[in-house]
Amino acid sequence: MTALLAVDRLGVSFATPEGPLQAVDGISLSLERGSVLGLVGESGCGKSATASALCGLLPSGARTTGSARLSERELTSLPERGWRSVRGRRISMVFQDPMSSLNPLLSVGEHLVETLRTHHDLSGIAARTAAVDWLRRVGLPDPAARLASYPHELSGGMRQRVMIALALCPGPDLLVADEPTTALDVTIQAQILELLASLRRELGMTMIFITHDLGVVERVADRIAVMYAGRIAEEGPAERILVSPRHPYTRGLLDSVPGFRPRTGRLPSIPGAVPSPRDWPSGCRFHPRCPHADDTCRNGAPDVPGPEGGVACFHPVGAP
Amino acid sequence: MNRAVLRFRSVLSANTPARISFWVLAALYLAAIFAPWLAPYAGDDDARACSWAPPSEIHLREADGSWHLPFVRAVSYTFDDDARRVWTEDSTCRFPLRLFRDGHLVGLGEAIATPGRRVSDPSPAGRLYLLGADARGRDLLSRILYGSRVSLTIGVVGVAISTLIALVVGGIAGFAGGWVDGALMRLCEVVMLVPAFYLLMLLRAALPLDWDSRVVYFYIILILSFLGWAGLARILRGMIQSLRQSDFLAASRALGLSPWRILWRHALPQTFGFLSVQATLSIPGYIVAESGLSLLGLGIQDPQTSWGNLLEEAMSIAEIRLHPWTLLPGLFLFAAVLSWNLLGDALRDAFDPRSLS
Repeated sequence: MTALLAVDRLGVSFATPEGPLQAVDGISLSLERGSVLGLVGESGCGKSATASALCGLLPSGARTTGSARLSERELTSLPERGWRSVRGRRISMVFQDPMSSLNPLLSVGEHLVETLRTHHDLSGIAARTAAVDWLRRVGLPDPAARLASYPHELSGGMRQRVMIALALCPGPDLLVADEPTTALDVTIQAQILELLASLRRELGMTMIFITHDLGVVERVADRIAVMYAGRIAEEGPAERILVSPRHPYTRGLLDSVPGFRPRTGRLPSIPGAVPSPRDWPSGCRFHPRCPHADDTCRNGAPDVPGPEGGVACFHPVGAP
Repeated sequence: MNRAVLRFRSVLSANTPARISFWVLAALYLAAIFAPWLAPYAGDDDARACSWAPPSEIHLREADGSWHLPFVRAVSYTFDDDARRVWTEDSTCRFPLRLFRDGHLVGLGEAIATPGRRVSDPSPAGRLYLLGADARGRDLLSRILYGSRVSLTIGVVGVAISTLIALVVGGIAGFAGGWVDGALMRLCEVVMLVPAFYLLMLLRAALPLDWDSRVVYFYIILILSFLGWAGLARILRGMIQSLRQSDFLAASRALGLSPWRILWRHALPQTFGFLSVQATLSIPGYIVAESGLSLLGLGIQDPQTSWGNLLEEAMSIAEIRLHPWTLLPGLFLFAAVLSWNLLGDALRDAFDPRSLS
């Protein structure tokens, strides 16, 4: 089975007054139809830049290198006009903050009808029916009445449900969810995750789920890619990564989440802070914070994992 | 649109000054529409004998003490030692006020002789001057009413035109960015560099003076809105530019909407709150600008009237002391300008959906 999305050494750099800033530095991913990839990392590791690159939403000064192919169609070289036939219909996106992602002046119904009619040849009445249908699918109570509601009349969780309906109604091949639960209360988070999981079963959805929360990714992802400083540190099946992480960074992340692994004493944390893209460390970018680092790590960068997964480390945890 | 109307109504009901302003403006604009019917005389209906006649006194009692429906008397003047007019009422007859007379709301009836008096010879002609008369004995109220047609519409039409230009130019500049933005903004700067009032005076001086006042009217609107759009376009461009960073515009891009749709349906409507306030607040500017021009004799010319050229007669303190009623057009100007300003605030609330729960 060929991959729906094949990302090969994708790089994203932003133009700044001080010169280009390499936010994403050669990541490779492969996503099969119907699977969910969890892209995990701390803030500033390049996961949102990756998402923007996949949706063609990078600011005008940004440059991409490498390739990202969706069903054999190259995305990185698409002009803005070409992106328009991809966005929504091929790749759709759910944003982090449902409070600001809806136009405050348009009602829920106007949002949905507009998006539906952009992508499907529907009459106004048919689009309204479809809109009600989508609101029902995302679990909004009393969907017909909700059509007339304005974003400010809805709670955060309801707005995120509307955003999900909006993102899915064009019938995209791939959904990129950029921290869709981060801005929500914990109980609402659980509901939204459940919704995404059930929609995935119902629609056979392919999804990239971006988050900094390993507890969240555990519930939805088949595969997990852990990003650190613009590169992928470790990629593999979710089960394997969560149970026996091989990269010291993944290990550190898991150790610092309560409840994942048995432990005694204080909750450990990874010493140090994420380096700035402006001066990334030489060699393995994790070495200044890594307990196992030696001269090999300081001098040379380990091979990054290819699309089939793997770990970018000279001394993986649990290796002989 | 219906929603905006509903919001506007609920804002009016909560905001007393805005409600009063709204009704003041409604009354003024209705009066402008029905000016030929409301005005007792045509705008250029003169009566030289009544030059500078003061506002008519309305009587209810005859000289013999009998009561009547409201009436006025004919007036005439003599000069005193300082060459000032001394007005005397002719008490030989009365002219009753009549409603719905000859296609006007109020008019004067036929002269009725005062009991026990002989009507003087030649029989006097009655004139109704509710707000006094000008040098040629023309009724000031009628002239204010006819003048309001110019003064009140020039602001609305002018602002509508300049806002439309600003919306297109600012919207495209802010949304497109790059060289389009640069070119449009330089154009704005060139327009803003032009000192407006001097340009108006220059143009007016260069153009023929004997133009029909309808032509002058459109020419004033054109010039004012041509000068007015640039500043607004720059602000709009900035607003659109900052809106481009907003999540919901990114979301509408991610959902595959076309750029025009995003601009017209998602970006520009965000500025309508600001625009409505801006437009309402700039209407008084246009009204005042037109009045200024007409006051200087560069705009609407006698015998056509506007509030500005009516105020021409109140330009010297001597005139004001002799005929204080010539200041009355200023009062109308003041009421209209103040009302538009107060209404601007209310409109801002009406377009902001977050101000109402």
